[in-house]
Amino acid sequence: MSGSPVVLVIDDEAQIRRLLELTLESNGYKVRSAAAGKEGITKTASERPELVILDLGLPDLDGVEVLKKIREWSAVPVLVLSVRSSENDIIACLDAGADDYLTKPFRTGELLARVRNALRHRPSLQETPVFVIRDLQIDLSARTVKKGKQNVKLTATEYALMVLFVRNAGRVLTHNYILEQIWGPAFSEESQYTRVYVGQLRKKIEDDPADPKIIMTESGIGYRLTTEPDSI
Amino acid sequence: MSDRDYSRPDPDALLRILKKEDERSGKGKLKIFFGMCAGVGKTYAMLSEAREVVTKGTDLVVGYVETHNRMETAELVLGLEVIPRKRIEYRETVLEEMDIDAVLARKPKVVLVDELAHTNAPGSRHARRYQDVLEILENGIDVYTTLNVQHLESRADTVAQITGSIVRETVPDSIFDAAEEIRVIDISPDELAKRLQEGKVYTSERSQQAVENFFKKGNLSALREMSLRLTAERVDRQVREYRQGQRTAATWKSGQRLIAAISPSPHSVPVIRWARRVSHTMDASWVVVYVEQADKLSEEQREQLAKNMKLARELGAEVVTTSGVNIADSLIRVAREQNASQILVGKPDRFVFSRAARLIDDLMKRSTDIDIYIVGQETGRTKRKMSSILPKPQSTPVHYLAAFAFVLLAALICYPFQDFIGYRTVSFILLLVVSLLPLQLGPGPTVLGAAVGALSWDFLFIPPRFTFSINNLEDSLLAAMFFLVATVTGVLSARVRKRERIIKQREARTSALFFLTKDLSSAHSQDEVIRTAVSNIKKYFDADVAFILGDAEGEMAAEAHDASSFHPDSKEYSVAAWVYWNETKAGKNTDTLPSAQATYFPMSGPRYPLGVVGVKLNYDTDLTIDQETLLENFISQITSAIERELLNDINRKSIVVAESERLYKTLFNSISHEFRTPIATIMGVSENLQQENGVAGSASGQAHLNEIRVAAERLNRLVANLLDMTRLESGMIQPRLDWCDVRDIINHALKNLEKELEGHKVTVGIADSVPLLKLDFGLIEQALANLIHNAALHTPAGTDISIDVSVKEDKCIVAVSDNGPGLPEDDLDRVFDKFYRASKGRTGGTGLGLTIAKGFIEAHHGTLGAANRPKGGAEFTVKLPLSTRISDQPGGIA
Repeated sequence: MSGSPVVLVIDDEAQIRRLLELTLESNGYKVRSAAAGKEGITKTASERPELVILDLGLPDLDGVEVLKKIREWSAVPVLVLSVRSSENDIIACLDAGADDYLTKPFRTGELLARVRNALRHRPSLQETPVFVIRDLQIDLSARTVKKGKQNVKLTATEYALMVLFVRNAGRVLTHNYILEQIWGPAFSEESQYTRVYVGQLRKKIEDDPADPKIIMTESGIGYRLTTEPDSI
Repeated sequence: MSDRDYSRPDPDALLRILKKEDERSGKGKLKIFFGMCAGVGKTYAMLSEAREVVTKGTDLVVGYVETHNRMETAELVLGLEVIPRKRIEYRETVLEEMDIDAVLARKPKVVLVDELAHTNAPGSRHARRYQDVLEILENGIDVYTTLNVQHLESRADTVAQITGSIVRETVPDSIFDAAEEIRVIDISPDELAKRLQEGKVYTSERSQQAVENFFKKGNLSALREMSLRLTAERVDRQVREYRQGQRTAATWKSGQRLIAAISPSPHSVPVIRWARRVSHTMDASWVVVYVEQADKLSEEQREQLAKNMKLARELGAEVVTTSGVNIADSLIRVAREQNASQILVGKPDRFVFSRAARLIDDLMKRSTDIDIYIVGQETGRTKRKMSSILPKPQSTPVHYLAAFAFVLLAALICYPFQDFIGYRTVSFILLLVVSLLPLQLGPGPTVLGAAVGALSWDFLFIPPRFTFSINNLEDSLLAAMFFLVATVTGVLSARVRKRERIIKQREARTSALFFLTKDLSSAHSQDEVIRTAVSNIKKYFDADVAFILGDAEGEMAAEAHDASSFHPDSKEYSVAAWVYWNETKAGKNTDTLPSAQATYFPMSGPRYPLGVVGVKLNYDTDLTIDQETLLENFISQITSAIERELLNDINRKSIVVAESERLYKTLFNSISHEFRTPIATIMGVSENLQQENGVAGSASGQAHLNEIRVAAERLNRLVANLLDMTRLESGMIQPRLDWCDVRDIINHALKNLEKELEGHKVTVGIADSVPLLKLDFGLIEQALANLIHNAALHTPAGTDISIDVSVKEDKCIVAVSDNGPGLPEDDLDRVFDKFYRASKGRTGGTGLGLTIAKGFIEAHHGTLGAANRPKGGAEFTVKLPLSTRISDQPGGIA
């Protein structure tokens, strides 16, 4: 990492802004902040942050609107911060291009983990054709999945699902996104498919499918492939 | 049939079928036991079948069965439930009729109603029994009934021709067509004759007489053929409809259309019947047209016209009334409008100078591509007095006298001045006077005036005076010319006036409607609409009006609307109530409850009837056809205005509701924001401090920070609980249902409770048969977490907690149990109360967790119960409906 990464915090609550500044700066990030949506959009353009932390309850613009405006010209990772526990808003943000979400109140450790994860450079498939998660090895060039030394036999759909997770390791994938990627837009209403296939996949790759450690469930939103070594 | 294309069902026809199926679903089914004449055993067959049906357990009652004192028939009735007949006193005799109210109140599955064609005693609700049957069917009760072929409206003429006796009790063919099933009861004429002789048909001596008159073998064979053919036609039509993929009889495949012209004369009856027969065989739709003339109809004619129109409607025609001076022109205009290819008219009885003969002449001349059919009169019925059919002379003797007096007076006034102005000038003055006559008088008096003028001029002015003789040719020519010119002017202006009057009438109707619509559109509330409606009907019809509205629950108001100009008494109110529930007009001048003082019209709304309008005319004569049409137009305009206001009201209310919901949400979000921001700050900062070396260096510092964090977390949970409770109580909980795996939910809940469950052993058992469920992940997770947390909170450390998920019938059952001390038995039904806390509880908690869990589960149409296990410990059982589960997934999900 060359120099400290710049994080832009867009939140109207001064206390939360200060808390985030303190937490992030003491962990080696440079923090810029904006108190409103429009200001946030301008600063995203002028400060060129490596990460945006966006609060959804802004006074001037809806957080989803801010996100959409930013996504019009920038691919900067966006971490959505929300006090609403309503999944609809979070899903709307994720579908609009947010990378991750966190609900207030949050644990500092969890915030830092999400920030690290969002800033992590995702290698392309060509660079590292073999992924290792815990005792699972996924060889994209050979199209094989190994658990320990055992070969895991996956169906075509299960394999496609596995690859989708691997390519988005650490990211939350909404049910809708998974459906559209694997089955196509016409299946966006068939949300039971993801439950069924994730269930099958877990049976093959998890030690205990009832307590998954690789493919994590995001309550009411979707799934996430774990990247944190501390969950081992 | 072969030339039609059945491969593509017409979408409109399919829509009609769907509509008809819809209509049918709520209605009872009609089964007709159909025979050629009395005595074939229809009632017997009906009763036999009824007994069979009853043994199968169907709820069947006898509404009305006439046994005609026949032993075998009477025996069959025994053992069936019979609704007691209603006794109606009429002119000192007591008549017995079916008690329709009792039948409707009893609401059986099937009711037997004998003799469909029967005419009810005066004072009954409906004039005819078939109307009773229709009402029963409307109420979803099946009906078995009997009918003879001669009672079918369209066959009545033919039967009269065959048997020589006129059938008066006829039944519209539509009811025959609408029957779900027709069962033909057929025996041979010989056998029938035998039964007659054995006294099985008529038990009295009338039998012999009847045999001679009606039951001649020739007659019977003809009737039998007719009944069998009718049924065969029906079957044929059904087969055709089946092949077209449709069941309705009202679709016209041939696209043909024919028009039958009717007049206020009984001669129109055969025309109507003939038209129905032709249209049926041609598979064409048919329209009956009445061309209204300026002449006022006599009482008798109006009645006949109404009868004709009713007959046409009953037989399934569309009835159109139009007005015009020339009948032929009007007919052809309607034919073109309706795209009809044929016009049917009655054959006139006189061919010379009669109006009808001229009509046919005109029609033939003007109908280039339209075929004209002339229907002959039936023989049995023509001997009616013609005078009643011809329009009554418009001008009364007074008119003639007035014309006479007026012209004579003018002549007398001129008399003294003739020496100054010359007698020839007088003729011009008289001519002027005569030509003024048509302004007020008809053509007859005008012609009289012309004659009087000519004669008085001759008598009083032309020398030699005081004689009718005229000396010179010039004067006689002048006198003749005077008469001619006066007559021609008079007749021509009379004709112009007649035309003018028709136009004025039409204009009056149009403007009445126009003003009504204008007034209605400027009315801004339901009350205003009704006030406007009342005043308009009063103004144009000189009638009192009552509006009785329906309320939002679909019940009729107990009182007429305040703006009504008369308030129905209880008897009238019951008529209005009948109209309200049956959505058919009733009361005066209708077939239903005609003894009422006012006529009641339904106002039909989209979901339930909007109400009833009662119209009580302030004069004795009935409304003309045109006025009635206008009134019905008025009412339909008013209905849509009331509906409009109703929808506006609903709209306004829903806007208010939406606005208050929005406000609530904004407030809720801002409150939850306000609470959570400081908590998040406290938690975040204390965590940061714990990780920094400076403060956290000392053990006591760590402990203090820990206390802050634990307190903040508890406060956070409390706030979350309070907010959830608020959401629950305001009814704002709307589960966002999506497919969920219960394993995921439980796993997630346990992960979030890791800290709280320290010191407890948790076992999870989930049956493989548990399918995916449609749930709100967040809400159910919260509910289960509350239950699990509750178990951990209220049991000593080391207590085992187990979560078991299974499927029983159509429920998914989640049981959260522990082996702790259990719930206090006395409090079992109070544990879900708000702020309830077990008295011996270890730690606080808000006392809201279980209430919220119950609320969230009930929002999913599930249940939550609490009990103590026999082995000790508490058990909470969640039951969630499986109804929307998916059963056959690829490979299952377990």
